[in-house]
Amino acid sequence: MVHVSATPVLALRGVSKRFGAVQALTDVELEVHAGEVVALVGDNGAGKSTLVKTIAGVHPIDEGVIEWEGKAVQVNKPNDAQNLGIATVYQDLALCDNIDVVGNLFLGREIRRRGALDEVEMERRSRELLDTLSIRIPSVRIPIASLSGGQRQVVAIARSMLGEPKLVILDEPTAALGVEQTAQVLDLVERLRERGHAVILISHNMADVKAVADKVAVLRLGRNNGVFEVESTSQEEIISAITGATDNAVTRRAARTNGESKK
Amino acid sequence: MSIDKTSTPPEESAVVNTEAAAGAATAVDPRLLVREQGFAGYVTEFKRKMKAGDLGSIPVVVGLAIIWIIFQSLNSNFLTAGNLSDISVAMVGTGMIAVGIVFVLLLGEIDLSVGSVSGVAGATFAVLNITHGMNEVLALVLAILTGTAAGAIHGFVFARIGVPAFAVTLAGLLFWQGFMLQILGSNGTINLDSEGIVAKLTSYYFSDVAAAYGLAVVAVAGYFLTSFLGNRRREAAGIPSRPLSDLVLRTVLLAVVSFAVAIVYNQHKGLPLAVVIFLAVLVFTDFVLRRTAYGRKVFALGGSVEASRRAGINVELVRISVFAIAGTFAAIGGLFVASKIASANQGAGTGEFLMNVIAAAVIGGTSLFGGRGRTWNALLGVLVIVSIQYGLALEGIAAPVQYMITGGVLLATVIIDAVTRKTQKTAGRA
Repeated sequence: MVHVSATPVLALRGVSKRFGAVQALTDVELEVHAGEVVALVGDNGAGKSTLVKTIAGVHPIDEGVIEWEGKAVQVNKPNDAQNLGIATVYQDLALCDNIDVVGNLFLGREIRRRGALDEVEMERRSRELLDTLSIRIPSVRIPIASLSGGQRQVVAIARSMLGEPKLVILDEPTAALGVEQTAQVLDLVERLRERGHAVILISHNMADVKAVADKVAVLRLGRNNGVFEVESTSQEEIISAITGATDNAVTRRAARTNGESKK
Repeated sequence: MSIDKTSTPPEESAVVNTEAAAGAATAVDPRLLVREQGFAGYVTEFKRKMKAGDLGSIPVVVGLAIIWIIFQSLNSNFLTAGNLSDISVAMVGTGMIAVGIVFVLLLGEIDLSVGSVSGVAGATFAVLNITHGMNEVLALVLAILTGTAAGAIHGFVFARIGVPAFAVTLAGLLFWQGFMLQILGSNGTINLDSEGIVAKLTSYYFSDVAAAYGLAVVAVAGYFLTSFLGNRRREAAGIPSRPLSDLVLRTVLLAVVSFAVAIVYNQHKGLPLAVVIFLAVLVFTDFVLRRTAYGRKVFALGGSVEASRRAGINVELVRISVFAIAGTFAAIGGLFVASKIASANQGAGTGEFLMNVIAAAVIGGTSLFGGRGRTWNALLGVLVIVSIQYGLALEGIAAPVQYMITGGVLLATVIIDAVTRKTQKTAGRA
């Protein structure tokens, strides 16, 4: 692991979010440092997606503070998040099937030369970007439709890297992928960490989480249910924190550490 | 942009990145890197495309050849310079409107109003210029702007209010037809000034033989130079480029076609002005669609509306503009149609005309499902449609049979389209 800086890139302090009568998030705390992969796990309805959307500016928070590199910031619109340097790769990939890889990477931020598209420069930069991330796709000039699910996923992630974000949020990047494709995406996540990006990874797959994450933040019913160091925690402990099935040492400890961090 | 920063990552990851880059370079699927294998790669790529059902314009070109051969064997006057020249002038009106339809089809939408809008443009020009004696250039511009405005209204109702394009433009079809009849008034037909600007659109020929040959030379040289310089830039940037043999082959092919057309024109009255304008429009719209950010947005919307929205594309604005473009080209086409018959009459843009326009775009190879097609497709499609009309007219075959044959050709085209799409899907290229 790369050294972790003292000030987190992103910190959530006591974030709450309510939709009408539903309390989706209650006093959630989360810290992500540069060069760190934080897995965000929890059962369905635990508030993972809501939490991600508050960070991405889709749902503004009701209470609490979002700190960006130590300073409190307002994130009310997706643009605010993008301007800070937060890139979000949603579960449905948001790529255009009929356009080639280069076109998709630069969609909405095309490089122009004398008013026309500069295809040469875009292709050069695409190859450079894909090489740096060691992304393996057959050619940058084939339509997205010709790529496998895993290849599409890495293109979508590469696309988010064009803006050189400090924090990348991946929403279930391996959910629909096969074994090898999952490995490709996990490789890519590791490379993002090596390059000093902070990564929030949402996943249901414990094997993936164990493979790439440094820390695991568990959400349960819209509240923190513990933050674990991956290396020193067993899969069972994480799972019981997710399900809240047993009142055991892990949950008690989680509650205790939670309480301390609030003071 | 900041990707260049990727070459200077934090110290500790630099080694890993170099290794990673080397890994990527060797992991490329060799089948798909045709450009790097030189000319032989293109031959393999072509065979692979045929197998995968990626036929491009080949079915239309073959179909057109068959149609021409059949009509020539029925009547030896069909492939004469005079008839071919007439066909190419007659197709411009329909072709212009089909160019606009290609834009709309790229979005995956449809515009049923273009026939009526083209009639309105012809009538507007005739009323302003002939009835009210307005300056003809001003009347021409106003007539075209009428089409733009009509298209923009359709686009607004579709994009902002969310009414399906089919319904909006069906309403437009009726409304603009009524509007045309209303402004034409009780006379019904207004004859155009035969020496006027609109009449000249289809009646003027550059009779000097140098004109047609000159245009052919300019086209071939222009194509070769832009491709060659583009290739040089690609080489300089270190990305794959076409082999020179490929470039030469394409240029020679274009030269053969251009000079054959030029010879045909020079045997008749010379190079028709209408065709020059049409070709200019095709070159320009093709450039806009494939080489500008705006064109990229149109294709993106045809691929995935949600992806486009997330990429920050103003979906509504692009949609409205595309319908405005369709309206504009409908009006321009309407003026060419009026020019051909030298009058604006009540029948303009009605009946099978609309279906011919849409058929032209689709026969040319523009997908009905959006995101796939080129404006050059309109040229091929309209050539097929107008060739059938002229061939049958030469044989003295009546309109009912013409409709049935055109319908059959359209059906054959969409069947080919559907079958190739299926093959493409199984070959993973759809």
